[in-house]
Amino acid sequence: MTMTMKSKRTFFIIACLLPGLLLFCLFKVYPTFQIFQKSLYLWTGLSDKPQFIGFKNFVDLFHDETFLLSMRNTGFLMLVVPIVTIIIALINASVLTQSKLKERGFYRTVFFFPSILSFVVIAILWSFIYHPTMGFVNAGLEMFGLGDWAKPWLGDQRTVLWALAVTLIWQAAGYYMVMYMAGIDSISPELYEAADLDGASRIQQFFRITIPLLWEIIRVTIIFSINGVLSISFIIVSIMTGGGPDRHSEVVMTYLYSQAFTNSNFGYAMAIGVVVFIISMLLAFISNKLTEKGAH
Amino acid sequence: MSTRASLAGKGILRLFLLLQAVFVVYPLVWNVLASFKTNAEVMESPWKLPTSINWDNYIQAFSTAKIGDYMVNSVIIVLLSMAVLLFAAVPSAYVLGRMKFRGRGFISQFYMAGLFIGGVYIIVPLFIFMNDMHMLDNRFWLSAVYATGSLPFSVYLLTGFMKSIPLDYEEAAMIDGCGYFGILLRIIVPMARPGIITLIVFSFFDFWNEYVLAMTFITTDSKKTIPVGLSNLMQIQQFATDWGSLFAGLVIVLAPTILVYALLQKKLTEGMSLGGVKG
Repeated sequence: MTMTMKSKRTFFIIACLLPGLLLFCLFKVYPTFQIFQKSLYLWTGLSDKPQFIGFKNFVDLFHDETFLLSMRNTGFLMLVVPIVTIIIALINASVLTQSKLKERGFYRTVFFFPSILSFVVIAILWSFIYHPTMGFVNAGLEMFGLGDWAKPWLGDQRTVLWALAVTLIWQAAGYYMVMYMAGIDSISPELYEAADLDGASRIQQFFRITIPLLWEIIRVTIIFSINGVLSISFIIVSIMTGGGPDRHSEVVMTYLYSQAFTNSNFGYAMAIGVVVFIISMLLAFISNKLTEKGAH
Repeated sequence: MSTRASLAGKGILRLFLLLQAVFVVYPLVWNVLASFKTNAEVMESPWKLPTSINWDNYIQAFSTAKIGDYMVNSVIIVLLSMAVLLFAAVPSAYVLGRMKFRGRGFISQFYMAGLFIGGVYIIVPLFIFMNDMHMLDNRFWLSAVYATGSLPFSVYLLTGFMKSIPLDYEEAAMIDGCGYFGILLRIIVPMARPGIITLIVFSFFDFWNEYVLAMTFITTDSKKTIPVGLSNLMQIQQFATDWGSLFAGLVIVLAPTILVYALLQKKLTEGMSLGGVKG
């Protein structure tokens, strides 16, 4: 029996969708459901049978000093890194698009470059930049006669988070700059010309034209950037500091990872996963609400 | 504004940009220089040039540190992931972008939701699942996980492309007796090429640089990828203090990235404006 036109079409649609949906359900949807379900279990080893304990993992979490510290550290990075990154990216994007310098293309290429580098390479490079004896941060300070300021940046609990923040900003600023440049290019040049005629300064134009018209893109990039910090901080911290000194750079993801793969505390690790999931959704929602007003 | 003031303004602007460019580029230049230094020179001062061009570090990186083997694994995994991704994403995007059927809206939304599920927090259940299915320590299944990670964004990006192709092409092909699969392969794929290329460029960097999943799911040393190999090397070198070959390893990893970037820089920043619209 030959297939009718209609069943041929149905067969084709299913054949096209099946591989993607299968992968998506197996490697993304199923694990997501699992973190919610298994966060309610005591599960301490691959061969163990998970044992239902209700919300005990969550109760324990909020009495776990290291977890709370790691949340504080993550929160610090999630606040400082997106704000500074986005400000630098906006300034550079508007300078490069407005000034009509000949070197514009060159700077765009150079500034974008760190965002395609492997996080591992970036983390290793920056561990050497901050290295107490071989690194050029300290060597540079000495060269300018500021040798007293030299310190083990990653080994001092007061500076370690700032040092990591600089690395994260270095990595991401160019990426957002290119996004904003694309946005600014789509703003009608007549708006700027009219503002010029009215005698508005560049700085006024930046605040009155560029920022309002880019606002929608800025809102999206804030959420991107917050989520980016969450996952990139894991790699940067595990290579550069291992959470040290004395856990002062432990972030939530490194703690989750060590609970699961060092302590085999799977249920507990999944409870951390649930908390992070909920918090990142909440943050996205809050930043969306907070920035709504500025939209025009 | 007088011309003199605007000239001075331009000067300040140039200085401002130049300083930032130095800040971005200098760590990389320093890395390349250090890869030619002997250990004693590395320890000495970060500003000095190497006394001679010394390739020993590179030889060391390939012979002792097995950077070459890691590189081969990375290439295999990038190619496999790309193949799986295209095989899954192109037909899905075609059907979702151009055909009307029940459940289309739901499936599109389903993929969109996937954009919000990050990689690291599902790593624990994923690890346990793959352990149960005997998928661990296997380069193909690692690639399948990579492809799945990029799937929601890829479907989203390509669906947009598919929608922009005029319908007449399919109708004409249909009249010529071309079947559904024939249309997809011979008409749609060539026409969606710009979208597919953008996708390949973006996923190349994602797959080539991925670290966390590779570190967790691959245990045999001979199957490890370059980022994992490098971070192991970093840990070993801290005790062996053979910095030179670590720096050489970093340069070896950077080289293909720089090459691809130089060739495809335009595509990439154009793709960024596509991605930027996605709001």
